[in-house]
Amino acid sequence: MNAPAKLTPDDFATDQEVRWCPGCGDYAILKAVHKTLPELGATHENTVFVSGIGCAARFPYYINTYGFHTIHGRAAAIATGVKLANPELNVWVVGGDGDSLSIGGNHLFHLLRRNVDVQYLMFNNEIYGLTKGQFSPTSRVGTKSPSTPQGSVDRPANGLRFALGAGARFVGRAIDIQQANLGALLKRAHGHKGASFVEILQNCIVYNDDVFAHITDKKVAADAQILVEDGKPLLFGKDKSKGLRLNVKTLALEMVTLGEGGVGLDDILVHDEKNRVLGGLLADLEAPFPVALGVIYCDPAESYEAAVWGQMAQAKAKNPKPDINKLLRAGNVWTVE
Amino acid sequence: MVGSVAGTAAQRGRKKVESVVVRFAGDSGDGMQITGSQFSSSTALHGNDLATFPDFPAEIRAPIGTTFGVSAFQINFGSRAIKTSGDKSDVLVAMNAAALKVSLSNLREGGLVILDTGSFNERNFVKAGYKVDPRTDGSLAHYQVMEIDISKMTLDVAKPLGLSQKEALRCKNMWTLGLVYWMYDRDLQPTIDWLQGKFGAKAPEVAAANIAALKAGHAFGETVEISGDYAGYSIGRASIEKGLYRLVQGSEALAWGLLAGSQLAGLEMLLASYPITPSSPVLHSLSDLKAFGVLTFQAEDEIAAACAAIGASYAGRLGVTASSGPGIALKTEAIGLAIGTELPLVVVNTQRAGPSTGLPTKTEQSDLYLSVYGRNADAPMPVLSVRSPGDAFETAIEAVRIATKYMTPVMLLSDGYIANAAEPWLVPDIADYKPFPVKFRTDPEGFHPFLRDPKTLARAWAVPGTPGLAHRIGGIERDYNSGNISYEPENHQRMTDTRANKILGIANDIPEQQVEIGAPGGKMVVVGWGSTYGPINRAVSNMREAGYDVSHIHLRYIWPLPRNLGDLLRSYDQVLIAEMNTGQLRTLLRAEYLVPADGLNKVSGQPMMISEVEDAIRSRLATAKAAE
Repeated sequence: MNAPAKLTPDDFATDQEVRWCPGCGDYAILKAVHKTLPELGATHENTVFVSGIGCAARFPYYINTYGFHTIHGRAAAIATGVKLANPELNVWVVGGDGDSLSIGGNHLFHLLRRNVDVQYLMFNNEIYGLTKGQFSPTSRVGTKSPSTPQGSVDRPANGLRFALGAGARFVGRAIDIQQANLGALLKRAHGHKGASFVEILQNCIVYNDDVFAHITDKKVAADAQILVEDGKPLLFGKDKSKGLRLNVKTLALEMVTLGEGGVGLDDILVHDEKNRVLGGLLADLEAPFPVALGVIYCDPAESYEAAVWGQMAQAKAKNPKPDINKLLRAGNVWTVE
Repeated sequence: MVGSVAGTAAQRGRKKVESVVVRFAGDSGDGMQITGSQFSSSTALHGNDLATFPDFPAEIRAPIGTTFGVSAFQINFGSRAIKTSGDKSDVLVAMNAAALKVSLSNLREGGLVILDTGSFNERNFVKAGYKVDPRTDGSLAHYQVMEIDISKMTLDVAKPLGLSQKEALRCKNMWTLGLVYWMYDRDLQPTIDWLQGKFGAKAPEVAAANIAALKAGHAFGETVEISGDYAGYSIGRASIEKGLYRLVQGSEALAWGLLAGSQLAGLEMLLASYPITPSSPVLHSLSDLKAFGVLTFQAEDEIAAACAAIGASYAGRLGVTASSGPGIALKTEAIGLAIGTELPLVVVNTQRAGPSTGLPTKTEQSDLYLSVYGRNADAPMPVLSVRSPGDAFETAIEAVRIATKYMTPVMLLSDGYIANAAEPWLVPDIADYKPFPVKFRTDPEGFHPFLRDPKTLARAWAVPGTPGLAHRIGGIERDYNSGNISYEPENHQRMTDTRANKILGIANDIPEQQVEIGAPGGKMVVVGWGSTYGPINRAVSNMREAGYDVSHIHLRYIWPLPRNLGDLLRSYDQVLIAEMNTGQLRTLLRAEYLVPADGLNKVSGQPMMISEVEDAIRSRLATAKAAE
C-alpha cells in the first residue's frame, strides 16, 4: 500500500451545510476538531463520531469520517458497543450538557467507570438549545428560562466532578474559542488509552449568550482562568504573579500573590495529573477563583474493551478450534436406535 | 389420559403405565428445581419422552414454610410422544405443608401424595394457612397418601457423614429423588455422577451425604416397607425418531441458535443484556462461549443493552439484546433507531406475565402487541415466535437470517415456560444448515449508505474501518437517494413506504403456513403461537380421534404473516385462537384478514391445559351443530 497522502483539516469537512446558529460556539469546536484530526494521523475510515441528540449532537454530520447520530442520552452506550465490536476504531463521542448529564447521565457514568477507550466531548453551554432555551443540569441557580420563569432552583452539576466521581482516568476542560488550548487538550485526550472526558465551555449565542463571559472576557481572562500543566506550579494572572496554595488546615485551595506576605514559588502547589484529590480540588474551582483548564487529571489504567478482548483471547487460546457441534453434544447425550 | 397409579393389589413386579405426571413441591430452599432436573435427565436417559415445567416464585428464599415460598417442578414422561408438562399430576411429592396446600388442587383425583411428615407440625400448618392438620380433616380423602418421615431418615444417613443438622437436612431432596427413582425404575448413576462432579472436589462430605441419602430413599422403596402397597411402575421407551438426543432448556437452545445463526451469517456476535427474569439464562449461556468469538456485555440498564447491541451492529458484529417485557418496553426507542437506520439486531423477548412487574417467574404471551406495534411512529419489524425449547434453536437461526439479510431488527419471542422447560432434543448437525453469509459493502463506486438491494430492499452494510465508505447515518430521516438528512415531505413518505414494504416483502422469503394436524378447510381450526403448541396439538389430536373435524395451525411468523394465511383461515367455518393473553393474535388476524376469529384466552401465569383446549373445541362445535 502507498503511503497515504497527508490529510488536511478540509479533508475532514463534509459536503453538508452546517446548520448551527451563526456565532454558535460549536463552529469553533468543529474547527478545532477538523484541525486536530490530521495532526493525530486520523483516517477517514478508522475514525467514528457517535452522538446523541441536541445541537452538539449534529456534530458527526460535519466530519468526514464514519458517524452515527443516535438517540438522546445514549451515545455513550452506543459508542461502548462500537468500541467493543471493533477496538481498532478511534471512537469519539459528542454530547451537550443535557444529553450527557441529564438524560444520559447514567450511561456516561458507566462509560467512564468502565474506562472504555473513547474520547467523550461534552459541550457545556448550560442550556437546552435545540428545544429552545430551557435550563439544563449545568445551569446556575436562578437561570430564567421558559420552564423556570422565576429562575431555576436546582443546583447545577459539575461535569468534571461527576467524571472524577465516576472513576474517569482522564478529565480535562477547555474553552470553545481557545483553539490552541482546545486542540492540545483533544490531542492529549486522544492519546490517553481509556475513557477521556473533556468538558468544553461553549457559548450559546441565542439562549445563553455570554454565560461564560466572566471567565472568557479578555479583560478578566487572566485572573479568571488557570491553565494547568503537569509538573508546573499552579500560577495564573496577567504576569503569573498569582498562585494556588493548599491550606493544610482546611484542606482547601487558597489564592495567593507571589511576594506578598512572604509567599514564594515554593508555597505554590505543583500540578500533578495523577493526583486525584488535587484533580477534585481543581474541578471545584469557580469565581472568585480562576476556573481550571487543561488536563486536570490523567492516570491511565487498562481499558474496558482491552480487558474484555483479553478474556476472549484467553478463552480462544484454551479452545482454539471451537466446534458448535461439539458444544451441542457436551454433557448427557443418548442415542435412540 | 395417563396410566393409573392406583396399585391397590399387593404385587411384586412393576405395573406398566404409558405416561405419568410427577410434581415435586417444596420450599424455595428445598432444592426442588435440582431434584426435577435430575429426574428429567435420568428419565431422558431411560428412553422416555418428556416435558417439564419448573414453577417457582420470584423470591429467592422466601420465609421457610410459607405458601409464597413454594417452588415446584412438574414433569410429564412416558412411552408415547409427550407434548406438554401435563394438565394434572398423578404424583405429588410435598416436602412441607405449604407445598401440599399450593399443589393439591393440581393433583388428579385418586393420585398419590408423598408427604414428609417431618415437616408437618403445628408451626408449619399455621404458616401454610391450615387451621388443622390436613391429614386429619378429610381433605386428602380422595387421594392416596404415603406418609414418610423423610427429614428423619435423611438425617439418619447424612449426619454420620460429618454434616451439621442443617446441612444434613438439605439432603432430603436427594432422599426423595431416590424414592421416586425406585418408583419409576430409573438409574441412580447419572445423579451420583452429577453429585460427584458438583461437590466431590470441594466438599466430598456433602457429595457423600447426598449420595447416601439418594441411595437410602431408593432402598426404602425397594424394601418391604412400602413395596407391599405401592408397587413400582415401569414405563417403556418412547418410540421417537432415531438419532442422538440430549435434554435442552429453551433459553439454552435459544442461545445456541443465536450462535449457530451468527456462524451461518459469518459474523461474530455481541450480546448486550441487563439481568431480568426469566431472560437472564440467555446471557449466562452466551457468556461462556467466548472461544466462539461471542462477546457479552452486561450493560447498566436495558436501554444501554439495546444501544450497545446497535453500536456493535453498526460496527459489523451481530448485535443481540435479550430481555423480558418490562425491559423490552425500555428498549423501544433504541429499536426505533435500528429500524430507522436499518441495522440488523435480534431482540429476544422471553415473555412473562404483566403488566409492570406482574408475575416475573410466571409465563404469558402478552407482548404480541408490544412486538408488532409497540413503537413510536410507523416502525415495522419482523416478529418470530418460538414454540418449544428445541424449536428455540431453529427460530433463533431464522431471526439472525432475516435480521442480516434485510438489515432490520427482529423480535424473537419466547416465554417463561419455554425458557425454563426442558425436553429431549434430537441434536442437530450444523452442517445440515445452509449458510447465509453477510456481504459487507466494500466498493466505493456509487456508494451511499441507503443504497438498496432492489430485491430485498435491504440497504448496504458498510462498516467503520472500510476505506472509501466513510458516511454518516442517524435517527433523522434520511434521503432515499443519498442517505443525508432530509426533511422533504415526499422523501419521508417514500422512506416510510419503503421501510414497510421491505418488511412485508419478507413474506415471500418465508415458508407458506402449514397445517400441523388436519387439513385446509373444515369445521374448525385452532390457531396458536408460541408455547401453547403442546396443549393445542395434543387437544386437537385427541378431538380428531374422538371424531371432531378440527385442525391445528401454529404460527412461527407473527410479522409479516405467511402469505397464504388469510386464504387458509378463510377455508374453515370457525377460527379459534388459543393464546395466553386477552386476545392479541386474534386482534391482529381479525385486522389483517377480516376473519371472525374467536378466542380461548388464559392469563393465570400457568401454561394452557390440554383439557381447556378440548373443552373449547367441544363446546363450540356442539353449539355449531345445534345451530345447523
